[in-house]
Amino acid sequence: MPATVGVLGLQGGVREHRELLERVGARVVLVRAASDLAGPDGFRVDALVLPGGESSTIDKLLRMFGLFEPLGAAIRSGVPTLATCAGLVLAARQIIDPAPGQQSLGVLDVAVRRNALGPQVDSMETELATTRGRIRAAFIRAPVVTAVGAGVEVIARIGTQVVGVSTPTITGVAFHPELTGDATFHRHLVRAASGEAGARGRGAVLSG
Amino acid sequence: MTTVTGSTLVKRGLADMLKGGVIMDVVTAEQARIAEDAGAVAVMALERVPADIRAQGGVARMSDPDLITAIIEAVSIPVMAKARIGHFVEAQVLEHLKVDYIDESEVLSPADYANHIDKHAFTVPFVCGATNLGEALRRIAEGAAMIRSKGEAGTGDVSEATKHIRTIRHEIAVLKATCEANPDELYVAAKNLQAPYEIVREVAETGALPVVLFTAGGVATPADAALMMQLGADGVFVGSGIFKSGNPAARAAAIVKATARYDDPAVVAEASRGLGEAMVGINVADLPAPHRLAERGW
Repeated sequence: MPATVGVLGLQGGVREHRELLERVGARVVLVRAASDLAGPDGFRVDALVLPGGESSTIDKLLRMFGLFEPLGAAIRSGVPTLATCAGLVLAARQIIDPAPGQQSLGVLDVAVRRNALGPQVDSMETELATTRGRIRAAFIRAPVVTAVGAGVEVIARIGTQVVGVSTPTITGVAFHPELTGDATFHRHLVRAASGEAGARGRGAVLSG
Repeated sequence: MTTVTGSTLVKRGLADMLKGGVIMDVVTAEQARIAEDAGAVAVMALERVPADIRAQGGVARMSDPDLITAIIEAVSIPVMAKARIGHFVEAQVLEHLKVDYIDESEVLSPADYANHIDKHAFTVPFVCGATNLGEALRRIAEGAAMIRSKGEAGTGDVSEATKHIRTIRHEIAVLKATCEANPDELYVAAKNLQAPYEIVREVAETGALPVVLFTAGGVATPADAALMMQLGADGVFVGSGIFKSGNPAARAAAIVKATARYDDPAVVAEASRGLGEAMVGINVADLPAPHRLAERGW
């Protein structure tokens, strides 16, 4: 029985995550309503992906469709989660430079600055050293992590700037492995979803 | 690998992140804020919305840099701006202003009736309009990183948008079938599409454009937006439809909602309630051919 990964499917780079997850053997469902996330028997997904997109739009859609609370609750309860770019913004405890009224789920104890790496003309592809190996990464109007809470491990940096973090259940990256087709993080997520020993991160339990 | 900016992947990548979203025309910083508050994934900065360009006539050009800069400073979401077809200096100016995307647009008066902009020469990505697959593939060959079906801008009549998205999707399906049955016919398919063979073959093999396909031109209601999405668009541009309506903020949010959950009639119905007046609109059939913007571009 393959692991079922729910990709938040309201807006953004949903298709790319789906293709990469299917390539590494996961079954993918799109999460577009609260009923996609959980039913009477509990969670319908073994893991979650919060994709890239426009973080302020995704936030509004989550609240419009009553998904904001259930999604936050699922992640807080320990469903393994991969958050990329806008997904990282959405997961953060604090957003620096939010759109007016923009909220975040607050499930990952970091502060994230939106569009910190500049406008589109500064968007880039690069090789990046991470604690999970060297990868090719695409940064698109990318955010960076400006503060890291206790129990959150830094897994990738560009210069001095933090662009990847993890906790035992959540991995958040400012870049787009799904655009370059690098499956490192997706394999890690699917292993965590399958409950295999050793797949989970090494950090302490997330506070709050 | 060294670090690169302006690569094909990075240019197409931003468009990928806009999928499922609504891009709204705005003419002031205040409108841009309303669009952002309503959940737009990006705004298109321009001097006059297409309905006004149509009503007022004259030559329509790139907006004043002051306006574009004011809009960039007003919002945190991506800002696009329009350059005239073939006007690569307007594009250079827009790149210098650090807009996130340039729309080489038939809504403005063309600057060159033979050549489009060589979009490979820029770091900033471009979106271009198309009425059919051949036109879309020629723009992609020139470096467009996103395509929007043209529709007929500034009318509030969605029929041309419907025709163009259906045409593009149909021609892709035909190409894919050709590839499966008789791949040797792709050479003549490229000739007929007036597009480079390599791109034609790629579309035939994958059954999809290599870039994101939005739709535009005449979308005025939540149901219009959901129609475009059900017809296979990756997202929607709304021009005059929002700020020429009775209640722009409510209509903008409703179109965002219907675009995200386009396949759920309950959501589209809810989004359609109590929005006040839609833009009055013009039936495309009543427009004399020389006044049709979609015919600009080649």
